[in-house]
Amino acid sequence: MIMMQGKGVSKGVIKGPLYFFCRQDAAVKQWHVEDLQAEKERLVQAQEKTIAQLETLAEKCREEAGDEAAVLFETHAMFVEDEDYVESIYSCMEEEQCNAEYAVQEAGEQFAAMFAAMDDAYMQARAADIRDVSKRILNNLMGIVEGGIDSDVPVILAADDLAPSETIQLDKSKILGFVTQGGSSNSHTAILARTMGIPAICGLGEELKEEYAGRIACVDGEVGCVYIDPDELTLAQFNEKYAKQQEMKELLLTMRGQEDITLDGKKVNVYCNIGSPEDVSAVLANDGQGIGLFRSEFLYLAASDYPTEEEQFQAYKTVAAAMNGKRVIIRTLDIGADKQVGYFNMNKEENPALGVRAIRICLNRPEVFKPQLRALYRASAYGKVAIMFPMITSVWEVKECKRACQKVMAELEKEGIPFNKDTEIGIMLETPASIFVAEELAREVDFFSVGTNDLTQYTLACDRQANDLGKFYDPHHPAVLRALKMAADAAHNAGIWIGICGELGADLSMLPTFLAMGMDELSVSPNAVLPLRAAIRSSIAKTCTLDALEC
Amino acid sequence: MKQFTYTITDPLGIHARPAGILAKTAKTFADTTVMIAKEGKSVKATQLMKLMGLGVKEGDVITVTAEGPSEDAAIEAMEDTIKENL
Repeated sequence: MIMMQGKGVSKGVIKGPLYFFCRQDAAVKQWHVEDLQAEKERLVQAQEKTIAQLETLAEKCREEAGDEAAVLFETHAMFVEDEDYVESIYSCMEEEQCNAEYAVQEAGEQFAAMFAAMDDAYMQARAADIRDVSKRILNNLMGIVEGGIDSDVPVILAADDLAPSETIQLDKSKILGFVTQGGSSNSHTAILARTMGIPAICGLGEELKEEYAGRIACVDGEVGCVYIDPDELTLAQFNEKYAKQQEMKELLLTMRGQEDITLDGKKVNVYCNIGSPEDVSAVLANDGQGIGLFRSEFLYLAASDYPTEEEQFQAYKTVAAAMNGKRVIIRTLDIGADKQVGYFNMNKEENPALGVRAIRICLNRPEVFKPQLRALYRASAYGKVAIMFPMITSVWEVKECKRACQKVMAELEKEGIPFNKDTEIGIMLETPASIFVAEELAREVDFFSVGTNDLTQYTLACDRQANDLGKFYDPHHPAVLRALKMAADAAHNAGIWIGICGELGADLSMLPTFLAMGMDELSVSPNAVLPLRAAIRSSIAKTCTLDALEC
Repeated sequence: MKQFTYTITDPLGIHARPAGILAKTAKTFADTTVMIAKEGKSVKATQLMKLMGLGVKEGDVITVTAEGPSEDAAIEAMEDTIKENL
């Protein structure tokens, strides 16, 4: 068995024979041309042919991978005719008195170099686009027809790196996955593999040798591993992972685009928990109906100093805009306890879980709280943002938070900065205290979200970090579940909605209990959305009982 | 000559897709020269690669000018396209 480690850029596991992509890479030669007019004529014909091919590709792509990918080829078609590009081909032909092939190659390299030199990863990646367009014109000039895959069975396609036109031209029914020597998670092979939902591993380098062609390989896009001629143990692990994946895929197929509604018509909002803007793609891929918990800590934990209002605004705005009008609940700073940040210069605490954490830091340090609130309100102009305060124990805390919000809104108003004045405000119920005063808290806010991990910790006096508490740390404990019921009743009596954003929300065994309580929202990790949706759609809310609350 | 300035709000700036759309729009006004400038560097809006080469990012201020017989229509079309895509 040979094991290679690369970078997994598209998830999934697959097994199949390796097939090396053949590119007819005829070297471009330069030769002297007498009749430049005729040579230019030849170039024009090749350009026209290229544009026609690209338009066909765009159509094909639109059907297979959607509009976003199709626009790429339409842009490529425009590159072919780009004034500067064509002018630079012409001037090369005239100066060197040379053939069109050489001029196209030179011009292509010149523009690719310009993009590659730009101080921007996105633009640098576009150098590949220019080379791709030039290659396409060259093929047409030289009469090269790009080949498909010469195999009767589906294969794992291996290559140095694949250009977008190469990937899209391939017969998809014959591709199980991609492995490439070069490339990055921003490369087209990766983007297209993700869109097509097949595994891809890039950056394998020289390890990926052509002599492996035809041998059986197991590809694990999640961890970036390729196993050639896998041994029995590896194969068994692979088969298990593969079976799981297929099961998920079936769920995925049937559950995408479905409503989160029980058989008797009770609607539950299935939202996602995320920790950074990059996670939004997983939310969209899994058809999450909103974001129930966007942890803002990543901004603080990843930094060496307080993140600025602008940095925060950009992150929140990105997520709000990407969710396109769906609710995005952003939780304000929740550090302290198990999440420590150096530059906060916190005093050492004997018992940090019961110390100055989360909203307590914010209320103690308005200079930390205010930039975050300003960033949140500014982002509210770009989507359906909701603000959520963690670790609430008292009504006065909520009132103080709301006063801070009022102040920030007044400031923004004065500065003429757009924001949504009806931005929803909610709180997390994580402490027993918040449960006991839930009736009063409900009158102050627009929604509740229960953080079951901390609620379990504080209710049962069990440190959630300690791993030897075992059976004592029990989120199914009737005390925790009764607390949830009290919170749900308080919310509904006050006419506000309530959700769960802790781990417990994804616990399918608890779903009947949550339905019986009338939970309006469950926020789970993106990959838990579809299984949860399937469970909701096969439940009958009216017959659900609160039996689990009994001791 | 007509002109307007605009602050880019798209997180990726003038990347391939919007550059293609802008160039397409500018091309429909053959008798009018449409220019896009950032920090003193100015390119024709029809020059797709140069336009991308400007490296316009979110927050950058661009100035769009149109000069020629259809400058009114051209500037209006550019403004609409930019507002919609960037």
